[in-house]
Amino acid sequence: MSLTLSASVIVQGVLTGLVYGLMALGLSVIFGIVRVVNFAHGEFAVLAMYIAYLLFFWLKLDPFLAALPIAALFFGVGYLLQRALINSFVARAEHDQFILMVGLAIVLVNGCLMIFGPEARHAELSYSLDSWLAGPLIIDAVRVYAAIGSLVVALMLLAFFRLTDTGTAIRACADNRLAAAIVGLDTRRLYALTFGLGLACVGAAGAMQTAIIDPNPSLAPGMTLLAFTVVIVGGLGSLIGALFAGILIGVAEALSSLVMAPSMKSLASFAVLVLVLVLRPQGLFGKGG
Amino acid sequence: MLSIRNLSVFYGDAQALDNVSLDVPAGSITAIVGANGAGKTTLIRTIAGMLSAASGEISYKERIITGLPGHQVCDLGIGQVAEGRQVFPTLTVEENLAMGAMLPRARASRKRNLERVYTMFPRLSERRRQNAGTMSGGEQQMLAIGRCLMGEPELIMFDEPSLGLSPALVSDMLATIGSLSQSGLTCILVEQNVAQSLKLSAYAYVLENGRIVLSGSGAAVLGDDRVRQAYLGL
Amino acid sequence: MHPTLHRLLGQLDRRQRLAFLGLVGALILGPAFLDRYLMSIMILVFWYAAVGQAWNIMMGFCGQLSLGHCLYSGIGGYVAALLWVNYGIPPWLAAVPAMGIACACGIVIGWLAFRYDIGGVYFALLTIAFAEMARIAFDNWAGGGGAAGLFIPLIPAADAGLWTLSGGPLQFYYLMLGLAITSFVAAAALRASRLGHEWLAIREEPEAARALGIDIYRAKLAAIIVSAAITSLAGVFYAFYQRNLFPSDAFDVSRSIIMIMGPIVGGLGTLMGPVIGALILTPLGQILIALTERLVGHAVPGASLLAYGALLMVIISTNANGVWPGLSRRLGLAPRALR
Repeated sequence: MSLTLSASVIVQGVLTGLVYGLMALGLSVIFGIVRVVNFAHGEFAVLAMYIAYLLFFWLKLDPFLAALPIAALFFGVGYLLQRALINSFVARAEHDQFILMVGLAIVLVNGCLMIFGPEARHAELSYSLDSWLAGPLIIDAVRVYAAIGSLVVALMLLAFFRLTDTGTAIRACADNRLAAAIVGLDTRRLYALTFGLGLACVGAAGAMQTAIIDPNPSLAPGMTLLAFTVVIVGGLGSLIGALFAGILIGVAEALSSLVMAPSMKSLASFAVLVLVLVLRPQGLFGKGG
Repeated sequence: MLSIRNLSVFYGDAQALDNVSLDVPAGSITAIVGANGAGKTTLIRTIAGMLSAASGEISYKERIITGLPGHQVCDLGIGQVAEGRQVFPTLTVEENLAMGAMLPRARASRKRNLERVYTMFPRLSERRRQNAGTMSGGEQQMLAIGRCLMGEPELIMFDEPSLGLSPALVSDMLATIGSLSQSGLTCILVEQNVAQSLKLSAYAYVLENGRIVLSGSGAAVLGDDRVRQAYLGL
Repeated sequence: MHPTLHRLLGQLDRRQRLAFLGLVGALILGPAFLDRYLMSIMILVFWYAAVGQAWNIMMGFCGQLSLGHCLYSGIGGYVAALLWVNYGIPPWLAAVPAMGIACACGIVIGWLAFRYDIGGVYFALLTIAFAEMARIAFDNWAGGGGAAGLFIPLIPAADAGLWTLSGGPLQFYYLMLGLAITSFVAAAALRASRLGHEWLAIREEPEAARALGIDIYRAKLAAIIVSAAITSLAGVFYAFYQRNLFPSDAFDVSRSIIMIMGPIVGGLGTLMGPVIGALILTPLGQILIALTERLVGHAVPGASLLAYGALLMVIISTNANGVWPGLSRRLGLAPRALR
């Protein structure tokens, strides 16, 4: 294994990891603020991939452009879903929420299976196989676009939370739910917005991934797990943490598929997870114990 | 200003408030006194729309507000300074104050109110960029009051505002409440310092096991033998 | 076991005892009335009732959410199958090391998590991670059959029997029924024991439990060991019933999820919950498959599962504590001990 090869692999891992980070960001936002575990997260990602595939197939819309309308659509879906269904589960036990979300996940993934069948669908972009030579490194163009897109969406989300009143109000809800009710924040509306934002992230991430991975229903559970791993490694509630953990996991997976076998790449992410849970249970960027 | 008729509230099977009726006249302080678990916090949270009543009616400025969601109750001008202060620990002081002004009624005059709060509590102005969780108990209590004022309330409900403060700070706190009342605000005061708070209050109610057992002017309630025995140890 | 059983039955009032013995009696006589297809469904019901009970001990009693229980059933199945295929060690003997290794896995997970008070979703993710690592390991380990799977050869009918777990549906019907009853009785006995009370205390009020002097770490570890032992034994039976093992199936997250849906839908923390849940969910899945085929005329991949997922959402939205607490009240079996 040469040095340049591993350097290329690391760069690819960083790029992939940023997409993971965006997906995990969506989960982290929902988990950290609404306190509901979205076990259907990967299923939503796959749904976004299929929608991006359809938009490309019918309208020749580039998946990187489709990420915008898909994110908007997912925002609306998340908002309504939280208002109509999930809000009544906010105060319920964790395992009840779990069953609800698993039910939703089963509906989503089997809906995709019924419509599209079990075979992977491929969106053949004109630049699918383009790559650049940066010095001795070979870098896939689509991964660069996906990474830049993910970074832009993630930064927009961070800016929203830091700089707007509504964003601050959402952080306030996460900080002290009782206080939020006391000052008269409409927590139901804020939760619905939060769920919408979380799904918008996963919608954008899924759409962009269509350029890299062919959509297939069986991808979904693995993606849910991956998003969870990233959130916990990064630290619950830390948005920056989710991005960095995404990169870390991306690199770990890329390196392990180089050193061992591609089928063993998720072994690396679980090893990182176990290490973090044992050595620093609150996550790399989490606060306190 | 606020009037409650035959209010009953349950926590699961346990009755927290039993047929409570009381009136809070405008522009003065009404004290609610009672032991821990008597139902004082339940009463405040029910008025605020955070708990729902099993029966009875709450009206505010001639309008029935029973069953309104909390954020709408706040927007009518009913503010709350809750027990244990309840600041947003990882938000800065200024962000905390901004959260008090998210109500539609207060959004337009946010700048002016912020100036007012900073004039009233210069300490908050000094620490505006500091995270609220890193401040002392007294400073957090100032922040809680300031945040409530940002919502331009006409009625403020104080739940144990002096809890955990040193005796000197307790007097400061009660003085602040007194001057807020003098400026025209209506106040409901739930306090453990029974003697001090009754002296400050025009009216008072004594709550025991979820029922009103005594009411009258602050002075009359303070003079009542049962109150003197049970709460003042005299 | 006999005095324990006697004591447990003694806790029931007459009506409950009649209902309980009636149910057991009906299940014992079942094969006389069931065809092969219905037998195969009941075998699955018993299996899910048993593993649901095992999971319920950890989550329902002790409050520790495991989402990786397929690890134990998979390990149990693989160890026993490998020992039989490679060394001819009969499954009843091989069950001992199979359960031992599964318990060791449980101890490792418990040791990692409970020392640091890792709980809730964090613990759940840790359990998934271990199950997934096992899946990847077995996928890539040629000695265990790899991704292509491990097969338990059929035995000539003359030699087939209970000792080698190679009989027909009737044998497995009673074997799985026995397993379900055993795990039920074990769960009932444990819940009535001192350890059971410690678990409930930890679930309800961990701080108060600590103040009472309960060794929380030890009690949680005991829960994971008991749960792993029962689940891995069930895994041995299941492997010999199916006679094949695939890592993508035995260690799949969806296997764990199906295991735990029974107790949650039936009534978490109740003894009858896992039984009722298995009785509802397993046939439900089969009925939906048959129904879509009848309606559409051919198998539609995904259709029955889609309906299953939707029904799951409806059940959990309308039954806050699972089906059994409400059902038992309506049947006049409102519980003291059978709950």
